Amino acid sequence: MTAAKAILRRVAPQLLTLAAVLGLIALVHPGFFDVSIANGRLYGSAIDILNRGAPVALLAIGMTLVIATRGIDLSVGAVMAISGAVAAAAITSGIGLVPTLALALVTGIACGLWNGLLVAVLGIQPIVATLILMVAGRGIAQLITEGAILTFNHKGLIFFGSGAFLGIPMPVLIWLAAGLLVTLVVRRSALGMLIEAIGVNLRASTLAGINARVLLIAVYMTSGLCAALAGVIAAADIKGADANNAGLWLELDAILAVVVGGTSLLGGRFSIIASLIGAMIIQAVNTGILLSGFPPEFNLIIKAAIILVILVLQSPTVRTTLAFFRRDKASAEAKAETVIQ
Amino acid sequence: MNARTLPLLATMVIFLAAYAVCYVQFPAMLSTRVIGNLLTDNAFLGIVAVGMTFVILSGGIDLSVGSVIAFSGVFIAVLLRDTGLHPLVVFAMLLVLTTLFGAAMGAIIHHLEMPPFIVTLAGMFLARGMAYVLSIDSVPITHAFYDQLQGLYYVMPGKGRLTLIGAIMLAVFVAGMLVAHRTRFGTNVYALGGGVQTARLMGVPVQRTTIRIYALSGFLAGLSGIVFSIYTSAGYSLATVGVELDAIAAVVIGGTLLTGGSGFVAGTLIGVLIMGLIQTYIIFDGTLSSWWTKIVIGILLFAFIVLQKGLVWLTSQRGLAMRGGPGGTR
Repeated sequence: MTAAKAILRRVAPQLLTLAAVLGLIALVHPGFFDVSIANGRLYGSAIDILNRGAPVALLAIGMTLVIATRGIDLSVGAVMAISGAVAAAAITSGIGLVPTLALALVTGIACGLWNGLLVAVLGIQPIVATLILMVAGRGIAQLITEGAILTFNHKGLIFFGSGAFLGIPMPVLIWLAAGLLVTLVVRRSALGMLIEAIGVNLRASTLAGINARVLLIAVYMTSGLCAALAGVIAAADIKGADANNAGLWLELDAILAVVVGGTSLLGGRFSIIASLIGAMIIQAVNTGILLSGFPPEFNLIIKAAIILVILVLQSPTVRTTLAFFRRDKASAEAKAETVIQ
Repeated sequence: MNARTLPLLATMVIFLAAYAVCYVQFPAMLSTRVIGNLLTDNAFLGIVAVGMTFVILSGGIDLSVGSVIAFSGVFIAVLLRDTGLHPLVVFAMLLVLTTLFGAAMGAIIHHLEMPPFIVTLAGMFLARGMAYVLSIDSVPITHAFYDQLQGLYYVMPGKGRLTLIGAIMLAVFVAGMLVAHRTRFGTNVYALGGGVQTARLMGVPVQRTTIRIYALSGFLAGLSGIVFSIYTSAGYSLATVGVELDAIAAVVIGGTLLTGGSGFVAGTLIGVLIMGLIQTYIIFDGTLSSWWTKIVIGILLFAFIVLQKGLVWLTSQRGLAMRGGPGGTR
């Protein structure tokens, strides 16, 4: 009960923001919350936000862990393109659904392993290490698709993009399941705490006996796996692998989702649930701008404004100033009390 | 030869070797025409890479430059279309605007103590968003002054053309080298990259330097936007997506340490030329696809980063030995 309360308190700002955004959309677009069932699947604008937000939500799961270690993974968009291309190439060569999925996910994990080795073993700054794959990744994806948009017609693979299970679209189920699984793994074991320890102080945690090297590699591999899942969904959604545009600039949206979720870019405490809500906030803003008839050009300006607000809230300077005023007030009250006594 | 200049030398050797390989396959590559085109085609990238060199030397990063270039193009095109202002007046307005924009980002980075990465990411979204708001469509620039600018070039021996924008890029590089190595500001930038705490204790004005670095990057991004608008005769809000990554790659391939504090502006010029050379080779070859550019640049990035890591490791080992490690004397 107290654990649930703690989580609720942690995600309260994000939930309030999400509610405010959804409320605003509902004001300008009545019928926003209408949900209908057709062809055994839920339809509606609210469901659409959950569905369209799937790639960013999946990327945000891995990104949260990476950012908690004080790192960053710029390559996730490119990894999406690579694994989408691998999935499309494998399914068109006719090796069946299960091997295709396995191949695509293993590709993502391998990309994560590469990033992890650069960061943990060679000791390269995460921004730089993942920049290499970000630049080269789309070239590799195009090498796989041979420059064209590789289309496929396999019903099983398409199911992951547009299918539904028990009325809920598959992408939504996948990101919910992935989020739940990763949260359970890191929070039901000491892993989450160890990851936070690395983010707070890598040297101190190594001295304390944490195998930071292995843990860092595992974190980047998780990020790669999440990106591969997102890549398969994106490819299945358009029934083809587009090496140029799949996951383009989604790494920035994923980072934004994590930051909106309140995880500090300076490493340390993290919350996957808050990041997922952050991803939904971003998608709700996107959808909201479309629905309300605003020109989509304002999207980026709103995102910039969101980052600016968060920067001010997270800034160490502002925090110490606030803490200073609060302490001032508290001591003044204490003084007042002693005077009364 | 020491660890400081080795990355620069490696870059030069790679450039000369690559050019030699190209020359053996296509003798036509060694003509002033190709060199002239190399300078013209990469002018906007080179100018913005000089600003990025200063930012990276100070240990920061500026993700906003690509968006600022696009914004500059649209700003110029829309103002020239809708008002009767002379292009030079528009240029001056634009440069003031982008310099202030950069300075604002620098101020936020310093005063809020937030990572440059996320601050300039906000700047990237803001500049691109403003460009969209000004115009979504590509706006052509038709002004007599632009035709004049495009007609300015110097014919090199061998009929290669050194265009105005190519010359501007070279001038910016020379100015950048002078600022980096011959001014107090340049020394302060290197000091910041070596460590903010140390720099502050040495008496480097951290606030002023940080703001000036990002203001300089903003100014050069604006200048690069002007050059790009002369190059394409249009302003388009979707142009130059990802140029910030190309600029960062050019700086790293040019031998500048990404953690800051060590590197040369001259190296960045060679980094830009190497990237241009890869593209020129692919065009000459005709059978290779353009995606090879990205893969080769990725491989070069990796090679240089590993080289730098190795050098840093070697110097620290040597430092240990000198301080009385195995074989050292106290």
